[in-house]
Amino acid sequence: MINSRRVRRWTSNLMVGVVGLTVLIGILPLFLILGTLVVKGAGSLNLAFFLETPAPVGETGGGVAHAIVGTLLIVAVACLMGLPIGLAAGIHAAEFPGTRLSRATRFLADVMNGTPSIVVGVFAWTWVVARQGHFSGLAGSVALALLMIPMVMRTTEELILLVPNALREAALALGYSRWRTSLTIVARTALPGLVTGSLLAVARIAGETAPLLFTALGSQFMRTDVTQPMSALPLAVFAYATGPYEEWHRLAWASALVLILLVLFLSLLTRLATRSRFGSHE
Amino acid sequence: MTDWIPALEARGFGLSYGSSRILEEISFTVPTGSVAAIIGPSGCGKSTFLRSVNRLNDLVPTTSYDGDLLIEGVSVFRPDTDLVDLRLQVGMVFQRPNPFPKSIYENVAYGPRLNRLGSRKDLPTLVERCLQRAALWDEVKDRLHESAMGLSGGQQQRLCIARALANEPQVLLMDEPCSALDPIATQRIEELIFELKQQYTIIIVTHNMQQAARVSDSTGFFESGRLIEYGPTEQIFTAPTQDRTEAYITGRFG
Ligand SMILES: Nc1ncnc2c1ncn2[C@@H]1O[C@H](COP(=O)(O)OP(=O)(O)OP(=O)(O)O)[C@@H](O)[C@H]1O
Ligand SMILES: [Mg+2]
Repeated sequence: MINSRRVRRWTSNLMVGVVGLTVLIGILPLFLILGTLVVKGAGSLNLAFFLETPAPVGETGGGVAHAIVGTLLIVAVACLMGLPIGLAAGIHAAEFPGTRLSRATRFLADVMNGTPSIVVGVFAWTWVVARQGHFSGLAGSVALALLMIPMVMRTTEELILLVPNALREAALALGYSRWRTSLTIVARTALPGLVTGSLLAVARIAGETAPLLFTALGSQFMRTDVTQPMSALPLAVFAYATGPYEEWHRLAWASALVLILLVLFLSLLTRLATRSRFGSHE
Repeated sequence: MTDWIPALEARGFGLSYGSSRILEEISFTVPTGSVAAIIGPSGCGKSTFLRSVNRLNDLVPTTSYDGDLLIEGVSVFRPDTDLVDLRLQVGMVFQRPNPFPKSIYENVAYGPRLNRLGSRKDLPTLVERCLQRAALWDEVKDRLHESAMGLSGGQQQRLCIARALANEPQVLLMDEPCSALDPIATQRIEELIFELKQQYTIIIVTHNMQQAARVSDSTGFFESGRLIEYGPTEQIFTAPTQDRTEAYITGRFG
C-alpha cells in the first residue's frame, strides 16, 4: 500500500515536471521572437517612425505611417465585409444545424479554412484586381475578409452551441420568434465569446502577407483611398527586408515590431472585452 | 353544455420522439378558470405533455404528434397556428429555473417589452407587480439591475414565475414550480395560484401530493405515458377508481 502510494506520488511529480518542461519549450519561441524584434527593432522606434512616410532612398529617418494607416484601413474594410457574414453564417449553422444550407456552409468553411492564404490572394486578384485593372487596398480587404469568414464562422458556431438550450426554450416560451431568440438571447449570451473570437480573427489576418502581395501591392505613399494600391505593415516588412540597404533592414525590424505590438494590443483588447457585465450562463 | 369551450382539451393525444412512444391516448379537459394538477412518477411524460401544449417540443426534430390539443377550442397543431401568438396565450414555468443572463428587471420586462404589451411608461409598475405576485419583490427591490444569475435557485425560480406572469397569458403551464422553494415561498406561490385562478387557467405538474390536493380543482394521474385517471381532485385523492392511482397516492407505488 505505502509503496504504491509512493510510486503514485513519484509518477505524479514526474508528469508535472514533464508538462512544465513542454510548456517552457512551447513558449520559448515566442520569447525568442519578441526578444529579437525588440533588440533589432526598438532602436529605430521613435515618434517620426509612427508619423512619417519613408524617406527617399539613401537618407536616414522616415517612418511607416503609410503602412500603419494602410493596415488599419485594409483590416477595417475586411472586417466590415467578413465579420457580418462570418457571424451570421456561424449563428445560422449552430441554430439550424440539420438544414442542408448549414451543412453546406460548414463544409465550405472547412475547405476555406484549409486553403493556403496565397490561393485566396490569387482569387481576390482575379475577382477584384483583374476587373478593376489595377491593384488596390480593397482587393486586399477582400482577400483578408475571405480568410476571416471561415474562422469567424466556425468559432461563432462553437460558441453559440455552448449556450444552454434552456435559455432558448425560455425565450421561445415567452413568445419570441426563432430569429429574435437567436439574436437577442442566444447571441447576446455568447457575445463576450463572439467578441473574443472576432478579435482573434482580426489579429490573425492583420499579419497576413501573402494575400496582400498581389492585391494591395504596397506603396511608398500615404494613401487613404482603398481603391488605390496601399501599403500595409506586413508588406512594408517584406519590402524592406528584401531590399538591398542596411537602413531598410533596420526599418523592416522596426515595422515587424510594430506589427507584433498591434496584434498584442488586439489580444489585450480581447481580454478586456471578455469581462462581461453579467457573466455567462454557466 | 354543448357550447361550453374548455381552456384546454386533449383529444386522444399521443407523441413520439423518433421511434420511442412517450405519450399515448391522452384525453381530458380543463375548464377555464380552474387549476389542473398532473401527478405521476418520474419519466412518465408530464413535462413532455406540458411542452406539447405550447409546442416547445417542435424543437426536437424527431417529434411526431397524433390526436389533438385544443386551447380555447382551437387546435394548437393547425398549419396556420402562429407559434408566437400561441406562446403569448400559453405561458410556461420550467422545471429547472432558466433566467436570462441579464438583470432581474430585464428578465421580467423582456416579454412585455418585446410583445408591446402596455406602454413603456407602465413597465416598471408591471415589473414590480409581477415580482410581488411571485413573492420575490421584497428580496430584490434594491438590486433590480443586478444580474439574475446572482440569485439563489429558489429566487431564480420565482423570477421565472414573475417573467411568465408579465406576459399575462390565459393559460399558465407550471412544471414543478415549487421543487426548489422553501415552505414559505411555496405557500406564497400556492396563494398566487389561488389568486391567478380568477383570470387564468393553470396546469401544474407536481410531485407533492399535498400540494396537488391543496391547489387543484382536478387532478390527472399519468403513468408510462398514459393518463390512468382524471377527475375532480377530491375524488382522485379520496376515492380513486383505479388501483394504480390509489397505489401511487398512498405511496404503495411500484
Ligand atoms: N428530447 C428527447 N428525446 C428523446 N426522449 C426524450 C426527450 N425528452 C424526454 N424524453 C423521454 O421522454 C420521457 C418522458 O420525459 P418527461 O421529461 O416528460 O418526464 P416527466 O414526467 O416530466 O419526469 P420528471 O417527473 O422526472 O420531470 C422520458 O422517458 C424521457 O427519457
Ligand atoms: Mg418533468
